[in-house]
Formats: sequence, C-alpha cells, structure tokens
Amino acid sequence: MDLVTILDIVIGGLLIGGIYALIAMGLSLQYGVSRVLNVAHGEFIMLGAFITWVLYTTVHINPLISLAIVGPIIFIIGFLLHRTFFRHLLTSSPVLGEIIILGALISWAIYELLKVTNTGNPLIAIIIGIPVAVVLDFIFHKTLFKGMGTSPPSPAAFEGSSLLATFGLLYIIQNIAIIVWSSSSKGYSFLASPVNLGGAVFGANRLVTLGFAVVIGLAFYLFLVRTRLGKAIRAAAQDPTTAGLMGVNINQVLALCFGFGAALAGVAGVLYSMCFSISATMGLERTIIAIIVVVLGGLGSIPGSFIGGLLLGIIGEIVKHFEPSLALAAYYIIFILLLMIRPKGIMGK
Amino acid sequence: MPILEGEGVTKYFGGLAAVSNVDFHVEQGEIVGLIGPNGAGKTTLFNLISGALVPKSGVIKFKDKNITRLKPHQICRMGVARTFQSVKVFANMPVMQNVLLGSLFGVSIGISSAGASREATELLEFVGLSAVRATPAKDLTLVNQKRVEVARALATKPELLLLDELMAGLNTTEVAQAMELVTRIRDKGITIFMIEHVMKAIMGVCDRIMVLHHGEKIAEGTPQEIATSKTVIDVYLGE
Amino acid sequence: MNITRVTSNKGFVLGLLGLILVLLATLPLYAPGYTPVLMTSFFMYIVLSVSWTLFSSPTGYMSLATAAFFGVGIYTAAMLGKDVPLSVFIIVGGLISSIVAILVGALTLRLKGVYFAIFTFGLVMLIPQLLVFWELHVYGTRGRFVVVIDYNTIYYAMLIISMILMVAAYLIRRSKYGLALQSIGEYEEAAAHTGINVTMIKVITFAVSAFFIGAAGATMATRWTYVDPYIAFNPLFSFLPVLMAIFGGMRQLSGPIIGAIIFAYLQEKLITTFTELYMLIFGIVLVVAILYLPNGLMGLILRLWKRIQGGQHANT
Repeated sequence: MDLVTILDIVIGGLLIGGIYALIAMGLSLQYGVSRVLNVAHGEFIMLGAFITWVLYTTVHINPLISLAIVGPIIFIIGFLLHRTFFRHLLTSSPVLGEIIILGALISWAIYELLKVTNTGNPLIAIIIGIPVAVVLDFIFHKTLFKGMGTSPPSPAAFEGSSLLATFGLLYIIQNIAIIVWSSSSKGYSFLASPVNLGGAVFGANRLVTLGFAVVIGLAFYLFLVRTRLGKAIRAAAQDPTTAGLMGVNINQVLALCFGFGAALAGVAGVLYSMCFSISATMGLERTIIAIIVVVLGGLGSIPGSFIGGLLLGIIGEIVKHFEPSLALAAYYIIFILLLMIRPKGIMGK
Repeated sequence: MPILEGEGVTKYFGGLAAVSNVDFHVEQGEIVGLIGPNGAGKTTLFNLISGALVPKSGVIKFKDKNITRLKPHQICRMGVARTFQSVKVFANMPVMQNVLLGSLFGVSIGISSAGASREATELLEFVGLSAVRATPAKDLTLVNQKRVEVARALATKPELLLLDELMAGLNTTEVAQAMELVTRIRDKGITIFMIEHVMKAIMGVCDRIMVLHHGEKIAEGTPQEIATSKTVIDVYLGE
Repeated sequence: MNITRVTSNKGFVLGLLGLILVLLATLPLYAPGYTPVLMTSFFMYIVLSVSWTLFSSPTGYMSLATAAFFGVGIYTAAMLGKDVPLSVFIIVGGLISSIVAILVGALTLRLKGVYFAIFTFGLVMLIPQLLVFWELHVYGTRGRFVVVIDYNTIYYAMLIISMILMVAAYLIRRSKYGLALQSIGEYEEAAAHTGINVTMIKVITFAVSAFFIGAAGATMATRWTYVDPYIAFNPLFSFLPVLMAIFGGMRQLSGPIIGAIIFAYLQEKLITTFTELYMLIFGIVLVVAILYLPNGLMGLILRLWKRIQGGQHANT
C-alpha cells in the first residue's frame, strides 16, 4: 500500500471521525450528566442536516453560517424537551395519563355516536370528550382513588423509562421528518472543489468540515474545563446531590446539558450535510455508531468520546477500503471486544 | 482451622488503596467485630469477602477453600451470607417473598416449594416479622426492613453471617433488640462477623474486635484490649 | 353475589379460557376470509409484546432487539421454507434466535443494563448488513422468495405459538424463577447475594423470549412473499411491542395482550388513511404513556378493581 493510499485513509478517517467525535461528545454529555441514554440523538443530527439543506437550497445560506443558526435552535429544542419530559419521569403522577386515556375513549365513543347521526366530526368529539374526562377523573380521584399515591422510580427504572421515552421520541421526530421531507435522499454541493494534500485528493468541504469539527470540539472541551458553568456541569456529573448542596441548580444544569448535547449533534449534522447525502432515516445508524464511540471512549468521559470518535473514524476508513459494506460490522466487533475486555473504555472512570 | 481467613487482601479504587494488605481470621462460633472510622475500608472488605468485589491481591478462604475470585451467588451457596449497610430489600415484594428467595436459592437450592415456605415462615417467626409477612418490604420501618434482610440472609442457611452496620439508625431499645438477635443467631451455631459503629453493641456482644484505619488493620484483640488501646483511641479522637 | 368470589374461582377462569380457545380454534369455519388474517396479526403482536414483557418487565433490562429476532425468524423461513416443513422451520427460526440471544446475553448481561440496551438497539441494523455481505459472497444473490403457505395454516400456527407462550409465561411467573427475575429487577446485587445466579437466569429468560419472537417471525414470513435483509429487519417491530406493553401495562401478563390488541386494531384502521401520521401518533402515545401512565392501562384498571373490591369489604 503506497503512501497516498495511507494518507487517503488516515485523513478520510479523521474527517468522518471528527463528525463522530462531536456526535459522541454530545451523547456522552447527555448520558454522563442527565443520565438519559438518548437513542433519539441521531434524529438531532438529521434535523441539523435538514435545516442546513433547506436553508441552502431555498435561501442560499452558507452552511458554515448555518452552524451558528442550527446550534442554538437544536439547543433550545433539547433544553425544552428535558425540561418538559424527562424531568417528569422522576415525578410520575398518573393523572395526566388517566385524563388522556379517558379522554381518548370518551371522544371515540362520542365520535362513533355522532357518526350514527351523520355529524361525525372528530374535532367535536374531542372538544366534548376531554372536559368530560377531566371531570370524571376528578371525581375518580376524590372517591375511588382517594389516598392512592405513587412512588418515584428507582435510578435503574428511570434509566429504563428514559431510554424508552427517547425511543418514542425517535419515532416522533423521524416520522415528522418523513412527513415533511419524504424518506428519499437529499444532498447539495458546497465547496466541492478538490484540494491536493501530498498526492491524496480531497474535497475542500471535507477539510473545512474536519477543521470545524476539531475547533468546535476543542472549544467545548475548554468550556467544560475553564468556565464556571462548565465546572458546574462536571460537578453535577460526578455527584448530583453534593453539587446541588454546593449551590448548583441541578435541574437547570441537567436541562442545559441535554440541550448542549443535542446542539452538538445538530452541529455535527450541519457538517455531515456538507460532505454526504442525507435522508430522514439517517439518524438510526449514526446513533448506533455514536454509542459505540461513547463506550470506546469511556461512558461519561467527554475527551474520551472525542478521541474515540477519531479512532473509530480511522478504523472505519481502513475497513471500508477493503470491504465497504462491513464498516458497521467492524464497529460492532470493536464494541464486542470492549465488552469482553474493558467495558470501561479508553478513558472511562 | 478458622472458618474464614484472609491474607494480604488489597483493593485499589483508582490510585487509592481502600483495603491494604489486610490479614484476618474468624474462628467458628465467634462473634468478631470490625470497627474503624468512616472510610476505613470496612464495607469494602465485606464486599471482597462476599464476592461483590475482586481484590487486587491476596487470598480469602472460607472453610479452607479459596473463594477469592468466586461470584457472590457461589459464595452464598457455600455458606456465607450478608446484610448491607444501606438496606437492600426487594422493595415491591412482600416480606415473605423476600425471605422465601433465600430458602429457594441459598445453600439448600433444590428444596421443594413447600419446604421453602415452611423454613421462611419459621425464620419470620425467629426475627419477629410474622405479622407483616404479606406487606411489601418498602412499606416497613427501617428496623423491620433490616430484620427482613437478616431473615433473608439466614434463609440461605449460612455458616458465616456478615452483618454490615445492623444497628445504624436504630434507637436504644432497637439496638438492645438487635444485640439480642445477634446472640440468638450465634446460638444457632452461625459464626458472625459484624461491622458496627455503635460501641455499646460491639463491646457487649463481640468475642474479638478488629480495627481498620485507612484500609489497614491497626489493632486486634478482645473488647477490653481494644477499649484500652492507645492506638485505637488516638485514631478515633484524632479524626 | 360477591363478584370477587365468582371471578377468582379457578373453575370459572379455566372454563372461560377454554371457551375462548374453542372459539378461536374454530374461527376460520364461521368467519372465513379476512378475519383469520386479521386475527393472525393480533396473535403475532401478542406474541411479540408478551415475549418482550417476559424478560424486560421483571428485570428492567430494556431489550430493543425484538425486531432482530423477528427478522432472524423471517429469514430462516425464507432460506429453509422450500426444503423443510412449516413446523420445522418455525422451530429452527426460534432456536437460531435463541442462540443469538444467548450470545448477546453472555456478552452484555454481565454488565450494567445500559450496555444491553445499546447492544440490542444496534442489532437490527448490524444483522442485515452481515446477511447482505454473506448472501452476496456465498450465494451471489440478494434477497429471496418466501415459500407460500395458506392463510389458515398460518393462523393455526400463530394460535398455537401464542397458547404455548401464554402457558410458558404463566408458569415462569409462578415459579421460583419468576420470583428470582423480579428480585433481579428490584435489586440485582442483593439477588446475587441471596444465591441467585443472576447472569444465567437473565440469559436463559432472554433466550426463551427470543425463541418465541423468532418462531413468530418464521411463521409470518410468508406474508412478505419476497424478502431481503432490509425488509426482514424492520425497527418497527422493536418499537411496536414496547408501545403495546407499556401502554397495556407491564406488571401483568394481560397488559401486553390488551395493548397488542388495541394497537394492532388501530394500526389496521389507520394504516390506509393516515399512513405516515399514525406512526407519529403511536410515538406520541408511547412517550405520554411512559411519562404519565407508568403502570399502563391494566395498572389503571387494576387500581380501580382493587378499590371496588376494597369497597365491598369495607364493612367487615
């Protein structure tokens, strides 16, 4: 194998690896601090990619500028999601669920009834059904359910439920995307002019992508290590209770971390769209790869995720050179080896 | 031959030696106490014995068989049972079911379900929980939850019982009751190794006491010797 | 008449079950045509959701591998269907799924639950990629046609698999292993110290659940006429059983059954008019159910039932 091919593989690997690194850092942040294994992480990548594509193809906004747009948008989405959904997992009160179930059942009954009289409008059924359900549930709680409380889930149960909740989220986001954009592949061409590096040729877009991935990764790492908020985040990851006692607003930090994690994925999506084609279903495979990277780097170690991403990218390129369709299998073999020998990963605690 | 012995047992967490080159032995029929300031490595030592952790170096033997690298369920079935510092009952299961599991999977693992039920009922009687056998464990008081743990451990038919801070969080009356329970367990022929902070209990019930500090054994002897040992007093007062 | 006394009478329950069984067994005779096809779908989803619940509910280990085992079953049928009778390739499909489960379990069930979830999550993408590679290099083809089997036979096959699963699930739950599984979900470390070989019990239960999922896949394969790895392995079949079990309620065996029937029915009704929207709705239902209805529909109904029962005895 000549030098050009090796260079080709290594730099190509670093390119895709840089994107993996960002994705994995985001996931690691979410799992390490918020304790949520977000299997919908890949969907944020997809959203970032699609927003960029839409902005470029409709209003010709430079994808590099999209980085600054997508980041905040996805951050807000992630932040709000955590604030509304995942926090509620810790305080499971079944009232809303009961109302929804009752409301659905009653609305459906009303709908079927109305159909008989030929005025079957689902909207009317729902408008009547929900207040009826609320009143009924209120009566239930005052009479039948009086004194029946619920207990918060154990940490293991929370991890299990949050995993499944993100699983549901995956389907929600993916299906919205399919409805809006259909499941076909999309792409655009940006900065595709070739650049020659020691004999190996790369599109300028790929080099720019790598550059930005590294810069963003480093910037985020510095944020965690140097700033006050970053230190609060790391404290929360180590020991949430003590951090809370030290004046860290834990709920805020958890939601912020989830938001930052999502934002990193979104930004990775922007970079990804610059080099590869995208589709509404692209999230799943990226999530799997990101998870393997996180395990490789060490669950809960952010620098580990960065290094792991670059490493896995290179390994993937090597495998793809010989057998393009077996990249994921190669990642899984690494995963299996990790599980057998060192589940903690490279830098795991 | 001691029923339990350890030689050079060492365990590191990262760079910190939680347990450092500790030798210990427990003779059959004894009640041995394990004391030391917080963070001395007492629970870690128990974890190493029960199989929850694997030592970096050293050997642990039970009835002269090497149990150093065995899994917790294997060690349990050989005859070593334990309770936990933070009570680990099966919260949503009734008390009876908690204890039943011990009978079904402990030393007498092939037992019939009728036999297991009988044993579990007897043990509930022994610890005084017959009245609450159908209550989910999470609805019990702390004292009773500890009793469930003890009953569950006893159900596995141990020859050696490791008690980790049984008296923590108990008031004076409850401590006295617990001390009495410990004596009754010993009278059944079970050897006891117990971690405790409640000095009255340790001094009143133990035949011998071991003292750990920063992972090392710093003293060993009868309650009398330990109570008057300068080393031990310094360690406790110096903290 | 005391309701409680009547419904907890073992004879009553068995009689009722027997009646239902007879009705189901003779269904193709009195309701031919589309009904057996629809019922077969219901049974399929019942098998998937009950199998999932069998392992994931007591232990708390969330398996996202249902689609992988289902796909293994489908592909086994596709490969063996022409040469081997139905009952054989159903069992082989189940066995191969079990073997995959044992391998996965041996690797991941000794570690924390998150590794298991991660590993199972990726299987549904990994196995088809491996299959494509293997088919290309060993057979020079991609995808294959599935042997055609008439719908009534499939109906009876799914019915039998469902019945066997119900019995198995019931027996496991009542046995000491059922109790052990529950204790693993409650506090795994304590269970291990009570003499329970937690890894082995987890792996075996996982393998048993995988067997039924694979068998279901092998049975249903004929629905697809032509399969390639990406058709056979569809993440939807990991998602739907979870939705059905959570919504219906994971604590009882009746929960996933009710959930399966409700959502299989909804899917039938909605798939023609709201093809993309219904999946979105299902996703929303799952999230809402997880957040606000932790014990599912059956949990809700049982609480009501307990209250009614309690009301009857209030004066004693």
